[in-house]
Amino acid sequence: MDIDLLSNILYAMVRTGTPLLLVALGELVCEKSGVLNLGQEGMLLMGAVVGFVAALLSGSLIIGFLLAILAGVSMSLLFGLIALGFSANQVATGLALTIFGTGLSAFIGSEFVGKPIDGLDPFALPLLSEIPLIGKMLFAQDLVVYLSFALFFAVYWFFRSSRAGLVVKAVGENPHAANAIGLPVMRTRYFAVMFGGAMAGLAGGYLSIAYTPLWAENMSAGRGWIALALVVFASWKVERVLLGAWLFGLASILHLVFQGLGFSISSNLLATLPYAATILVLVLLSRNQVRARLLAPISLGKPFHANS
Amino acid sequence: MAEPHITPPRLTLRGITKIYPGCVANDAIDLNIEAAEIHALLGENGAGKSTLMKVIYGLVKPDHGELLWDGLPIDVRDPAHARKLGIGMVFQHFSLFETLTVTENIALALGEDAGDLPALAERIREVSEKYGMALNPDREVHSLSVGERQRVEIVRCLVQPIKLLILDEPTSVLTPQEVGTLFVTLRQLAEEGCSILFISHKLNEVRALCHRATILRSGRVSGECIPTEESSESLARMMVGDDTPISTDYPKVQGREPFLQVRGLTRLSEDPFGVDLQSISFDVQAGEILGIAGVAGNGQEELLGALSGEDEIENHDAIHFPHGAVGQLSPRQRRAAGMAFVPEERLGRGAVPDMSLKDNALLTGFLTGLVKRGLIAHGKTRDFAEQIIERYRVKTPGTETHAASLSGGNLQKFIIGREIMQQPKLLIAAHPTWGVDIGAATAIHKALIELRDQGAAILVVSEDIDELFQISDRIGALCHGRLSPIKATPQTSITEVGRWMAGDFGESMTPAETASA
Amino acid sequence: MIKLEPRGQHSKLMAWLSPVLAGVLTLVSGATLFALLGQDPIEALHTLLILPVADLYGVSELFVKAAPILLCAIGLSVVFKAKVWNIGAEGQLLMGGLIGSACALQLIDAEGGWVLPVVLLSGMFGGALWAALAAWLKTHFNANEILTTIMLNYIALNLLIWAVHGPLKDPEGFNFPESAMFSDSALLPTLIEGTRVHYGMLFALLALVAVWVLLSRSFLGFQIKVLGLDARAARLAGFREKRLTWIALLISGALAGLAGVGEVTGPLGQLVPQISPGYGYAAIIVAFLGRLHPVGILLAGLLMALIYMGGEMAQINLGLPIALTGLFQGMLLFYLLACDVLINFRIRIPALAKPVAETIAIQEETAR
Repeated sequence: MDIDLLSNILYAMVRTGTPLLLVALGELVCEKSGVLNLGQEGMLLMGAVVGFVAALLSGSLIIGFLLAILAGVSMSLLFGLIALGFSANQVATGLALTIFGTGLSAFIGSEFVGKPIDGLDPFALPLLSEIPLIGKMLFAQDLVVYLSFALFFAVYWFFRSSRAGLVVKAVGENPHAANAIGLPVMRTRYFAVMFGGAMAGLAGGYLSIAYTPLWAENMSAGRGWIALALVVFASWKVERVLLGAWLFGLASILHLVFQGLGFSISSNLLATLPYAATILVLVLLSRNQVRARLLAPISLGKPFHANS
Repeated sequence: MAEPHITPPRLTLRGITKIYPGCVANDAIDLNIEAAEIHALLGENGAGKSTLMKVIYGLVKPDHGELLWDGLPIDVRDPAHARKLGIGMVFQHFSLFETLTVTENIALALGEDAGDLPALAERIREVSEKYGMALNPDREVHSLSVGERQRVEIVRCLVQPIKLLILDEPTSVLTPQEVGTLFVTLRQLAEEGCSILFISHKLNEVRALCHRATILRSGRVSGECIPTEESSESLARMMVGDDTPISTDYPKVQGREPFLQVRGLTRLSEDPFGVDLQSISFDVQAGEILGIAGVAGNGQEELLGALSGEDEIENHDAIHFPHGAVGQLSPRQRRAAGMAFVPEERLGRGAVPDMSLKDNALLTGFLTGLVKRGLIAHGKTRDFAEQIIERYRVKTPGTETHAASLSGGNLQKFIIGREIMQQPKLLIAAHPTWGVDIGAATAIHKALIELRDQGAAILVVSEDIDELFQISDRIGALCHGRLSPIKATPQTSITEVGRWMAGDFGESMTPAETASA
Repeated sequence: MIKLEPRGQHSKLMAWLSPVLAGVLTLVSGATLFALLGQDPIEALHTLLILPVADLYGVSELFVKAAPILLCAIGLSVVFKAKVWNIGAEGQLLMGGLIGSACALQLIDAEGGWVLPVVLLSGMFGGALWAALAAWLKTHFNANEILTTIMLNYIALNLLIWAVHGPLKDPEGFNFPESAMFSDSALLPTLIEGTRVHYGMLFALLALVAVWVLLSRSFLGFQIKVLGLDARAARLAGFREKRLTWIALLISGALAGLAGVGEVTGPLGQLVPQISPGYGYAAIIVAFLGRLHPVGILLAGLLMALIYMGGEMAQINLGLPIALTGLFQGMLLFYLLACDVLINFRIRIPALAKPVAETIAIQEETAR
């Protein structure tokens, strides 16, 4: 395999992994605060459709991305209202958010399927992008990919060194104790959920404005769900989210790799790879039940009501 | 009555009323706490003590009434505000985060006042030394014992200037010796001018420690007194009223042939926060109650899980019934062999909260002919539930009532009744009267004694050492997954069992240790 | 300010009123949406909900659509009772259709009464197999069933597409991604002459009754319910958690598989890529909306089928996007969850309420 091909594979891997990275970082923060939001897929699709339509109509990619983020946040607030405000079952609410987001995005986007748009171009950093093998992968990407790197380091720092990060962890471990010592449980959880929404919205915008760039119904193709599995894979550790996102990025482009290498395997069969890889990862990581229980935020998914 | 004060009381409550759907938790409560006073708030479970202290700490808003702090009316907004005023609180269920260090835990509670962590750690070390509560600020909370965790809670209150310290049932998780140490600290604090509100239902402790006491009964103040001038009997009467029988002494008996034999039960806990059981050996004889004391988290859960069959053990021979080893049998098979089990958690293990009492009767009663060819005999099941309710005087509207809506005492009577009605040969009960009112506790004790006198073997695991001395015929203690010697109750003392609970098993070693030594 | 106040006990009335309320709210939102889109709201709702069943043919089509939804939803009611979150009815349905089709194509020259049962059983086997994978992953590896079943949905869809493009493609089909038409002996007979209502609806009704008996009369159903409400109590009582998980998932998978094979042997008559317009996902909504109760599921399933038909009708008559169906489904589920808050909480507007009087009223209520 020559170095150019390898360099291109690494480039595509990071690019494909970016939406996964964004969604998984958002969901990680959300889960650390004790909230399981299974609505990632719905928020991702809403971000994608709103971002695409806004960019197409306004002619501005910035507006597209901003509205994509806004769409994600709005969806997450809907989740927050029902799952946090009304203490509803988080699993059911998250599923509802995905079903609703799938339907609504298809409805909004029905007029825009297949329309062309000038997507976000890569922005190669001078010199750095010339580094053999990893130059293209890390320094010839578009701005959202760079932003995802920055967000990764920001979340890493947040949990490692900030007081707010400590509060999020405390609220996720034991909301009743947190409430008893006067930490703002609900506010913390709302913010965490909204951050998750913003990240999913951004990731959606990335898919429709930069990655493809076009809108198609259900275009996220389960990425929101894969990102949820990624958080499990990362054992709720920030640094492992990045690794996981890239690995899944690689699994998603394997069919291109195989085609590039001249194998002829049905593309429909190869398309099952990321999903099969997700199951494999879940199996490997969940196998040890005690360990899995210790890694997850202790109160994950349990509703909290201050009076109870 | 109260003489005129030159300085107003530190805290005054006037007419505090708090109503929850379905119950009046606090009904026009008046209370004065002076500076440097250790004041007891005494009452049964459900008397309204917890609600009242949450009102003081700003966690619950009263519906009526007012608080005066140093003579001035005040509205405590939230715990942060309470801390600013100088009010600290030690919760019964600790408000600590297991995955964080001691310093991080304390920093979280202090909010912006915490400053930088190294300086705070230093301050924690100072305070803990000053009050004789050794504590390493850098350890993660999950690695601390229950007693150490309570120290974290207390130190958390003391790193800031404090005027009133509230402790909610602080002794229920301590060994008798640790209780003594705690009292020394509390007296030292009071001498320095700090007021202490000591919430308890243990009469002897209140009499030993407190200057004054306010007694609550069903949400109302039922008496005020100076505890040293009262007898335990008169205090208890103020707590429970005139109609409820207060527990009596039960005759101790000698058991017959052993029913349950445990030999060299060793179990490594899969949970890194759990406790390993180390070569536990004991018998429970037919017609006796064996009591096992110990502070929670010393291997009780692991032992009970192994006995009930919910957790697998490696050495199947370690647990024997008369007909042979049962270590490999499932919970269901052990039930069929005559074992019944009353777990610590009433709701969520002993009973399904969102199911009716009828369904909860079926939950473990299914082996007694309530299921025919895979189908539930609904009529028989209802009869069974009705019999339990009638025989054990469970207060409930009927068999269709959900378990969650029963009071703790009534539900526990139902669960114990359900197990006893199946005529077990061995009953294992964990903390059978935890959190229930005195009336229900007495009824439960009577039911256990009755079952014993019918010839069943009974094992009671409890944190309440007084309870064990009351009902057990023989007694032992668990500490760090090891079992103390077991002695007939009349031949030991609370002090000796207290030493066992702290891990000091004296010269006498357990049979297993003698064997391995 | 509106405050939520916990009720002492669940309100049984609200548990049944909440789906109705959710339906009303969905209608109101839908009407508003139509108005915003420049449609006459009344006419649009009429097109969506009345027109599809305005004649007998429409009613018969309703049952054709409802059959697979009901079969999936009934199965889901069993797993959801056990709090096993099988989101994979869609994949199990597809696998039922795929394996059933493979079997039917093998038997394309066979004749006799045994062919159809064999095909149907193979479809149920396909669905159960797909659910068994999730059960194995959950009980053996402790892998979260929500994620595994969703992944299995995507895999099943890709396998189906691969099959119709490859091994199961009709050799004489001009390269269309479709299988050959099945032989007559592998086709589900219609129930009512002159309509497309087939035996699938009968199967759904039978499954409804069977699951009703299972959950309300049998000890197995009782154990499943206990496992779902309180796994620790189930363990203490000696119920075998893994076995129950397997049974619940297998029942659910087999019924979804039957739904799938019912589609290919019923209205379709061959294997095509679009077996299901998301019936397996719609069934999740139906199961929740029907409160996991057979009667509720029957009503909710018919409503869901109606929304599917209404969506098509609105596309033809009003030129609205077909995605309207998904939007209404999503809204319905969301409103349901929001309304469900009233089961455990009552709404209190502090400015208006008289807390003490109200509390006393509650006390009297609970005392009774």
